[in-house]
Amino acid sequence: MTNEIIQQKLTEKFGEQLTEWEQPYGLQTFRAPADMNLKVMQFLFDEMGFQFLTDLTGVHFPERKGEELSVVYHLHNLVDNIRLRMKIYAPVAQPDVYTASKLFSSANWMERETYDFFGFNFIGHPNLIRILNVDEMDYFPMRKEYEMEDPTRRDKDDEMFGRG
Amino acid sequence: MTDLQQPQHHIKLSEESLQKQTTTLNLGPTHPATHGVFQNIMEIDGERVLETVPTIGYIHRAFEKIAERRPYYQITTLTDRLNYCSAPINNMGWHMTIEKLLGIKTPKRVDYLRVIIMELSRIADHLVCNSVVAVDTGALTGFTYVFQYREKIYEIFEEVCGSRLTTNIGRVGGFERNFSPAFFSKLTDFMASFPKVMKEFENLLNRNRIFMDRCIGAGPISAERALNYGFTGPNLRATGVDYDVRVAQPYSSYEDFDFKIPTGTVGDVYDRYMVRNDEIWESMSIIRQAIEKVDKIEKEFPEQKNVFYAPEADHFHLPPKEEVYTKMEALIYHFKIIMGEIDAPPGEVYHSVEGGNGELGFYLISDGGRTPYRLHFRRPCFIYYQAYPEMVEGGLLSDAVIALSSLNVIAGELDA
Repeated sequence: MTNEIIQQKLTEKFGEQLTEWEQPYGLQTFRAPADMNLKVMQFLFDEMGFQFLTDLTGVHFPERKGEELSVVYHLHNLVDNIRLRMKIYAPVAQPDVYTASKLFSSANWMERETYDFFGFNFIGHPNLIRILNVDEMDYFPMRKEYEMEDPTRRDKDDEMFGRG
Repeated sequence: MTDLQQPQHHIKLSEESLQKQTTTLNLGPTHPATHGVFQNIMEIDGERVLETVPTIGYIHRAFEKIAERRPYYQITTLTDRLNYCSAPINNMGWHMTIEKLLGIKTPKRVDYLRVIIMELSRIADHLVCNSVVAVDTGALTGFTYVFQYREKIYEIFEEVCGSRLTTNIGRVGGFERNFSPAFFSKLTDFMASFPKVMKEFENLLNRNRIFMDRCIGAGPISAERALNYGFTGPNLRATGVDYDVRVAQPYSSYEDFDFKIPTGTVGDVYDRYMVRNDEIWESMSIIRQAIEKVDKIEKEFPEQKNVFYAPEADHFHLPPKEEVYTKMEALIYHFKIIMGEIDAPPGEVYHSVEGGNGELGFYLISDGGRTPYRLHFRRPCFIYYQAYPEMVEGGLLSDAVIALSSLNVIAGELDA
């Protein structure tokens, strides 16, 4: 199995719904619509042998209006030894994503962690509560609007880190 | 009895607990048997564990957030504190991630030296885990045998980087300085004396009837469930799946080495113990091969003796201090590096290495700035610890304790 075969098979099945095909550093990457993540993963699991969820995490892009939050899945086909990366995007106002925890038991805590830091609402998750932060926390700390440093300090501004 | 209310807490106690037919046991967060900050609220009936709810996050330090405000080279010290039993593997995994992003190819000698360091730290990691499993079964002697050799490994690290536990070893593209003759003499010393002690440790435990009776059948997990739970590393291999990142996606020239992947069959405590034991021997063989390869390179190309970092990684490599004080270019470079001024291209990289506990992955998104836009650590402990309730429920409480230590859950890696 190669990256091209993955792309071909997925395009045959889902057509134009999967977009943004690219291969950064050799890893086949694509974007799926937010409400189709489970369908795509189930197909990958049943038909293409991607039965190992390596990683699941979130990313916040504040400048992408309407699709600020992203969930990134890294899947691994252990038989053919090939990985792929699937991304979905959701608006920060209502970040609803279907849970993968029924398909992969490992997604349970990874989704809790992603909820904890980014505030995704994983629909159907059995126990969507904070995992690393305290229960009383009322914000999602990995979102970009929360500064890590003391806001009065100027030496940690973005321009000091090559941005803006 | 009917008006008993569930307490206002997210941990739901079962009906039996409220009516006091079973016992609720709070194992941890600072229990001597847990070797770290783990809390398990267990529902036990006599000696049987009916239910356990792990609570984690006691030493969460927000590394992923901190990493968004640190230049690349400063993140190495954060990775030290993930799995602190094998910090050099984390350091080098992170360096290789940046090298992948920047497209730096390291010379073979650097690769082999890295392999030596990584395998030494794997041995140290497995020694901790295995000897602690033995301690939890009541055999303290083995622990005292092998910990002296963990100490020797730390002394070898000291020769390379000056520190022992949280090593911050190496730089992007290689090492900060060439390896000293003292390093090689200490390494040779270790390679000569360690096998005898390891044999002794094995003689003490491997076929020890009491140890076997305690471990066989305790905390088992099937290969299918282990894969579904995202197990990697020795814990997965103990179930019989021969997945090893060193073989599946070789990094740092692991493809040049000849070694076996030990596997188990049923994934219980004994299998995990045996897999780690065998991996120590495989690591020894890899180190021996690496030393030979380094020697061969130095013999064939004497000028390679001074190669300890990739030339293209210059903008990560501090010039020697005497040059900084006397030469203008060196001074400029020094400041540029310290301020983290590098031309990192925008891009996203996933790189993984075989850590002491399994696949340690780094998912890095760069937007061209001096710091990562987003950095996520795939921490093997965090992912497989969630299978712990399934592994211990229905078993004895004493089995739950050795199952926890044989999983080698490291609190630093669990909570990041």
